[in-house]
Amino acid sequence: MDNAIIIGAGPAGLTAAVTCAEKGLDVVVIDEYMRAGGRLLGQLYEEPNGNWWNGIKESNKLYEKAVDLGVNFHLNTAVNNIENSNGIWTIYTERETFHTPSLLLATGAAEAPVPVPGWTLPGVMSVGAAQVMTNVHRVKPGERGVIIGVNVLSAAIAMELQLAGVEVASLTLPKTNQVTQDAGKPKEVLDSLLHVSHMAPSPFVRYGSKLMKNDFMKKLGVNFFPKKGVKMWDIPIQLRKAVTKIYGEDEVEGVTLATINADGEVVSGSEEHIPVDFVCIAGGLYPLAELAAVAGCPFYLVEELGGYVPLHNERMESPLEGLYVAGNITGIEGAKVAAAQGRTAGLSMAHHAGMDDLDGEIKNSIKRTEQTRDNAHIQFHPEIETGRKKILQQWDAYQSNKERSVVSNSRGGIT
Amino acid sequence: MTRRILDHPILGKMEDNNYVSFTFNQKGYKGLENESLAAALLANGIRTLRHHEESGSPRGIYCNIGHCYECRVSVDGQQGIRACLTPVKEGMTVESDGQLPSSKRR
Ligand SMILES: Cc1cc2nc3c(=O)[nH]c(=O)nc-3n(C[C@H](O)[C@H](O)[C@H](O)COP(=O)(O)OP(=O)(O)OC[C@H]3O[C@@H](n4cnc5c(N)ncnc54)[C@H](O)[C@@H]3O)c2cc1C
Ligand code: FES
Repeated sequence: MDNAIIIGAGPAGLTAAVTCAEKGLDVVVIDEYMRAGGRLLGQLYEEPNGNWWNGIKESNKLYEKAVDLGVNFHLNTAVNNIENSNGIWTIYTERETFHTPSLLLATGAAEAPVPVPGWTLPGVMSVGAAQVMTNVHRVKPGERGVIIGVNVLSAAIAMELQLAGVEVASLTLPKTNQVTQDAGKPKEVLDSLLHVSHMAPSPFVRYGSKLMKNDFMKKLGVNFFPKKGVKMWDIPIQLRKAVTKIYGEDEVEGVTLATINADGEVVSGSEEHIPVDFVCIAGGLYPLAELAAVAGCPFYLVEELGGYVPLHNERMESPLEGLYVAGNITGIEGAKVAAAQGRTAGLSMAHHAGMDDLDGEIKNSIKRTEQTRDNAHIQFHPEIETGRKKILQQWDAYQSNKERSVVSNSRGGIT
Repeated sequence: MTRRILDHPILGKMEDNNYVSFTFNQKGYKGLENESLAAALLANGIRTLRHHEESGSPRGIYCNIGHCYECRVSVDGQQGIRACLTPVKEGMTVESDGQLPSSKRR
């Protein structure tokens, strides 16, 4: 039996592990990847102060700190199932089975797919896959590629590819269909980019947002968006184009690119072939919360948080005894916010293990998470704070419902 | 192979240089010890990891982080191993997976 078990060695899980260990708990961290760091490993960007945020370095720092504090790591170990009986959580992995009264789920996020004709060809990958190949494994995903899907993450990764000497021929849209919906409409994409313009890596988006303050201007912006696109670090962003097909015999050989109107409809006869040897698909991120579902945690759909999130409060407690959540499983945000949430979760777990006098520290940690959110370099959803409020309201509603049902149950017992 | 990014303007020079030998579908290759099988194969120019059970169409990595199961191969006789999560070791025998049920994602 271990005092605390953490599933996921990303910034949230690692920070929670360090916090628990500092409070004297025996901690086990389980992760299916071969290195600790989670999605932090692939991150690489220049901060406003001119320093580079190097995800590998940050991951190693956290990992080494945890190891020094005696945290026990089981990497390359996938968790298949979790179960609770009599207050003890059982964690089933491909190898061993673990037991603990205090379990943290810090499984992060996954990328939503965007099915484009031809997308099963070898050489087509998610944009995150290209990020990991390039920055973590230092293997080029290809020599020249196209990125389908324009959002914060794909813009950042386009720049990272460029930095590593991989040519990005175009950052463009998928052809609209029922699945791609808004992701294929230039106006909606521009809209969503404008919300993040303060951190935009591109002078275009920053400049553009000043120009296009209202809907009318935005529409104008799309209609007059040059057909050839604009360039950001020499990468053409083409909001007036869409990939209609990825082609190739046994591997990717190119994409068919067509001109689209402001509503995303293809202008017939405008198709052209662009030779590339890889294609990235950027469908956006959603919380990876399967294990919380398996455990029986209630879920709520909060669009601002990226999808279905397990119910939790500011202390990172779930409604299930001894089950905690932190990081992107609770909503899509950057690594610094995930780490701040991990600290809160670690403190809550230490409290659960019987450590007294942690209330002040927990309150401070919650406050620090909010500050980190306010100062975040990357924001995946402009209304993230609204999303956070929504889930807390759900928590309150859930708790008062529970109390009410306890009261009515006991009344029922009397009559 | 030139597909590796040996020098990076921010990340610097690659420090690992401990190459090991492994086979994929009976052919010999070299990879960096403990890098993922998917990365080692791509560095050797290999994108196709298996063929789809029903359609026979070629498949390679998609997510590269263990979520999609598109990269399943056999490693030392064990089927259904995700190439993107498996560190390369000296003497590993890797083969394209054949008869597993069709993928979760597609
Ligand atoms: C592909 C991708 C790229 C991203 N790129 C950026 C970026 O460039 N910049 C940015 O700010 N944010 C990025 N993000 C957002 C990222 O999620 C956060 O920045 C941050 O890493 C979240 O931290 P976390 O600890 O919650 O989860 P993660 O860092 O995702 O860590 C979760 C860990 O849990 C493990 N895990 C999941 N399920 C299991 C299981 N069943 N068994 C065992 N282990 C499991 C995973 O292997 C992973 O190591 C990206 C996210 C994704 C999915
Ligand atoms: S590429 Fe998705 S699981 Fe390996």
